[in-house]
Amino acid sequence: MKDEVESRDDRVANLKGMGCSRKRVEDARFTQGKGNYVDDIKLDGMLFGDFVRSPYAHARVVSINTEEALKVPGVLAVLTAADLEPLGLHWMPTLAGDKQMVLADGKVLFQGQEVAFVVAEDRYAAADGIELVEVEYDELPVIVDPFESLKSDVVLREDLDPKADGAHGPRKHHNHIFTWDAGDKEPTEQVLAEADVVATESMYYHRTHPCPLETCGCVASMDKVNGKLTLWGTFQAPHAIRTVVSLISGIEEHNIRVISPDIGGGFGNKVGAYPGYVCSVVASIVTGKPVKWIEDRMDNLMTTAFARDYHMTGKIAATKDGKITGLHCHVTADHGGFDACADPTKFPAGFMNICTGSYDIPTAYLEVDGVYTNKAPGGVSYRCSFRVTEAVYFIERMIEVLAIELNMDATELRRINFIKKEQFPYKAALGWEYDSGDYHTAWDKALKTVDYEGLRAEQAQRVEDFKAGKTRTLMGIGLSFFTEIVGAGPVKNCDILGLGMFDSCEIRIHPTGSAIARLGTISQGQGHATTFAQILASEIGLPADSITIEEGDTDTAPYGLGTYGSRSTPVAGAATAMAGRKIRAKAQMIAAYLLEVHDNDVEFDVDRFVVKGAPERFKTMKEIAFAAYNQAIPGIEPGLEAVSYYDPPNMTYPFGAYVCVMDIDVDTGVPEIRRFYALDDCGTRINPMIIEGQVHGGLTEALAVALGQEIAYDDMGNVKTGTLMDFFLPTAWEVPNYETDFTVTPSPHHPIGAKGVGESPHVGGVPCFSNAVQDAFRPFGNRHTNMPHDHWRIWQTANKLGLHG
Amino acid sequence: MIPAAFEYYRPSDLAGVIELLEEHGDDARVMAGGHSLIPMMKLRMADVPHLIDLQGISGLSDITIDTESIRIGALVTQTNIICHEDLAAAAPILRETALQIADPQVRNMGTVGGNVANGDPGNDMPGLMQCLNASFTLIGPDGERNVAARDFYEAAYMTAREDDEVLTAVTIPLPEGGYAYEKQKRKIGDYATAAAAVQITKIGETCASASIAMTNLSDIPVFSEAASTALVGTSVDDAALKAAVGAMLGDIDPTEDNRGPVAFKKHVAGVILRRAILRAWSRA
Repeated sequence: MKDEVESRDDRVANLKGMGCSRKRVEDARFTQGKGNYVDDIKLDGMLFGDFVRSPYAHARVVSINTEEALKVPGVLAVLTAADLEPLGLHWMPTLAGDKQMVLADGKVLFQGQEVAFVVAEDRYAAADGIELVEVEYDELPVIVDPFESLKSDVVLREDLDPKADGAHGPRKHHNHIFTWDAGDKEPTEQVLAEADVVATESMYYHRTHPCPLETCGCVASMDKVNGKLTLWGTFQAPHAIRTVVSLISGIEEHNIRVISPDIGGGFGNKVGAYPGYVCSVVASIVTGKPVKWIEDRMDNLMTTAFARDYHMTGKIAATKDGKITGLHCHVTADHGGFDACADPTKFPAGFMNICTGSYDIPTAYLEVDGVYTNKAPGGVSYRCSFRVTEAVYFIERMIEVLAIELNMDATELRRINFIKKEQFPYKAALGWEYDSGDYHTAWDKALKTVDYEGLRAEQAQRVEDFKAGKTRTLMGIGLSFFTEIVGAGPVKNCDILGLGMFDSCEIRIHPTGSAIARLGTISQGQGHATTFAQILASEIGLPADSITIEEGDTDTAPYGLGTYGSRSTPVAGAATAMAGRKIRAKAQMIAAYLLEVHDNDVEFDVDRFVVKGAPERFKTMKEIAFAAYNQAIPGIEPGLEAVSYYDPPNMTYPFGAYVCVMDIDVDTGVPEIRRFYALDDCGTRINPMIIEGQVHGGLTEALAVALGQEIAYDDMGNVKTGTLMDFFLPTAWEVPNYETDFTVTPSPHHPIGAKGVGESPHVGGVPCFSNAVQDAFRPFGNRHTNMPHDHWRIWQTANKLGLHG
Repeated sequence: MIPAAFEYYRPSDLAGVIELLEEHGDDARVMAGGHSLIPMMKLRMADVPHLIDLQGISGLSDITIDTESIRIGALVTQTNIICHEDLAAAAPILRETALQIADPQVRNMGTVGGNVANGDPGNDMPGLMQCLNASFTLIGPDGERNVAARDFYEAAYMTAREDDEVLTAVTIPLPEGGYAYEKQKRKIGDYATAAAAVQITKIGETCASASIAMTNLSDIPVFSEAASTALVGTSVDDAALKAAVGAMLGDIDPTEDNRGPVAFKKHVAGVILRRAILRAWSRA
């Protein structure tokens, strides 16, 4: 028989299990234009909805006249807040415990805010209808600066009682949302007061946007005969959306089916609930027909969830020889007109309290003030776990500033302060328990690979040449070492709207030895159909090619909290492994029965159970699967299925060491990335090719954010970067070649030791690119300049340092 | 991003185009590649009730080179320019410029005629054509006339073309000497932060003639005669470069936008021009 001649290595290879660079099964359809995205869904009689949006950032809505719009052929209805109010749907709850207008209720708070929803037979009629809705506005003073907002007499949120607590405790001012803190305030202040050296720096992490290639959208279809609502949408968390829709609409949850089909990138932008979803559902209920709503690019950039917008001030204390003794961080967080941040309920600033980074900092304190302004709501984690990009940028800049203060090399400063391998699990001053790490090994490997000493020598020569007038190009060496905190998370402290952040997997093995597994997550390009099948292949001994992975349909998939914050592998990946192990446990009993031995006398070997000590006696998993359906086995139910709901005991803590070498044209401000080296440690590696792809993507988005991507407003609250002409989305032309590398430090508490990787390169990449720019100017007195480092801002840095003669 | 309703026409000859233009006046616009006009219509910033597509008209897609000049039909695309070997030999600055416009997909659609006729100060071809002292052929109800590129632009999107005229061809005197089109942009597909077109000849080590034009540094392309003159008769040494840059700065009038403030743009314009001159000089 073939099985008998097949070597064990061959049998392992046939599974295409963990550790193999299996080609992505999704790509066959994506590369042939055969994906099925929300906008591909076409239903009989489907209508289209689109928004009349506010041109003003702050104004009273005096009146809305829909008469002319309703005369446009094909326009069927125009919904306003007045129409939604009787249903109680003119406002909706946000993920952050605030509420948000679905349609303008008396006033608008940001440019592009939804004012009316035009429903028409086609998109063209809807667009024509929008032009003819007459809205009379009375302009109000606009506040785009959070510091000014906290001083202003202008009340942005008139719907809130200024004296009442918000969702996260007392509010200090009518435009203040919350204060959230972590760590020990007085001890930190004492350490700062007594330290040898204290470096202080203020930095602004500018507002930007995840900008997925596919914008947000949905199709709502209310079947009035059976009372069932089906909602297709670009949802990163379909089950949570189902629960939210049920809670706010009153439709029982079993009558709601939410489907996330193929999703063209999310990066956090598609976590929250948007007015378009609510309006589409209402319009479908009102008209009895399916209603589609799809954002255009400008809608997406201007109104759906932004990222960052953190004003951070840090104080870092150290001894003369560079041992860090304390860290203080204050953040003024600009949340826009409504607090619609997507964070676990108890963490209104996300996991910003990971801001002690990869360092053993004994004493620390973090305080975050959330503030309303006349900007779009949101505050999502753009390709990072909750606010981790901000935290890592903050600490990696503070380290560089401290190195300047101490006149020390920044690599050595990091080395002195890294948490040591033997300190894990490490309890950090701001509360988290880091599960594992080996920072020194990763750092040394990175610096050796790039020949760090050689780079510094070259840079010193370049500075000399520059001063001698031989060159007009400076060289920057960007360093970053990051620790991510992903896999939210343990139900004891992580929930969204009261829903614990576990995740799930349900497996059915078919009689002929193939399988389907369904998960509570949803891929947006991560390749779940490929990698989760690999986990299962290794766990249950059936080939990955024989395992279908299905996600995104709430009628079939088990409940889960979705995909964001690099949580799919840490949480749903763990559920997959655990469900696989349940399958294997039952398979072991079946095998023992078939082999007529005791359960304990068989052991699992790649794709089969063998009798211990008699390897020629075995049953393959394929044989066992068939037996599960055709044999009456005493004491064992027929079938071979399992489900696991996994509540992770802790987060996982991927880390990495990045180095960027950049040449900067001092006269034009144009940076050229000569080299980028990225070492990632994401624990057990499921598919190295997918990891590499994730790293390339995350680094490219990091490059974008660091070097130019922003959502900028003028003083009137007008969005200045609402199209891809001005919003920087890098192409193959702008990105360098990336060198990827790795170490492997498995997570001790994860069933397969995996940690998650999709967001690491973004988290580590942004400070690395930024540090490269800053480092180039360090020899001339630069200490800190804010991102984005686009041409003119780099030029401005050079100019202020007197480098233009 | 959905345009208002419009009538679409695809006449088969120029007479048909002129007839439509006469009938509809400024309610009608002609379209070549459509890569400037269609986005404006989708944003509803351009109101075009009558859209006349030129793609059905033959004879507008030719490139002809004779002993004195080059004639480029209005429907010649940027890609056609890049791929035309004889053209690259006769006027290499055209390929160098076209390669810096937008991206390959846009260059496959975008035309020379549309680029010069639209009057967008961000477009690269108008400055280039001023540098090359090209002339534009316009055909209208009263027949054909030629307008020098240097006289064509009046303000942003305002040109010497009458509403009932069509720009059908660009004629360029065969350029001589060294050339350079230097462009700084934020990313692929972007308009210039600053760009300079330079064509230069020398006799011995002395500059015999020079022509300099700048892109996206005013509401129209800027042919800087003063900057050109500053180089003639010099050895293009540092003093001459400074003089040319100084003269150019007197002719441009940049405004602040997302690319940066005025001081930055002026500085970059100087740097870009200096580099363009040096590259052109090295090729002269």
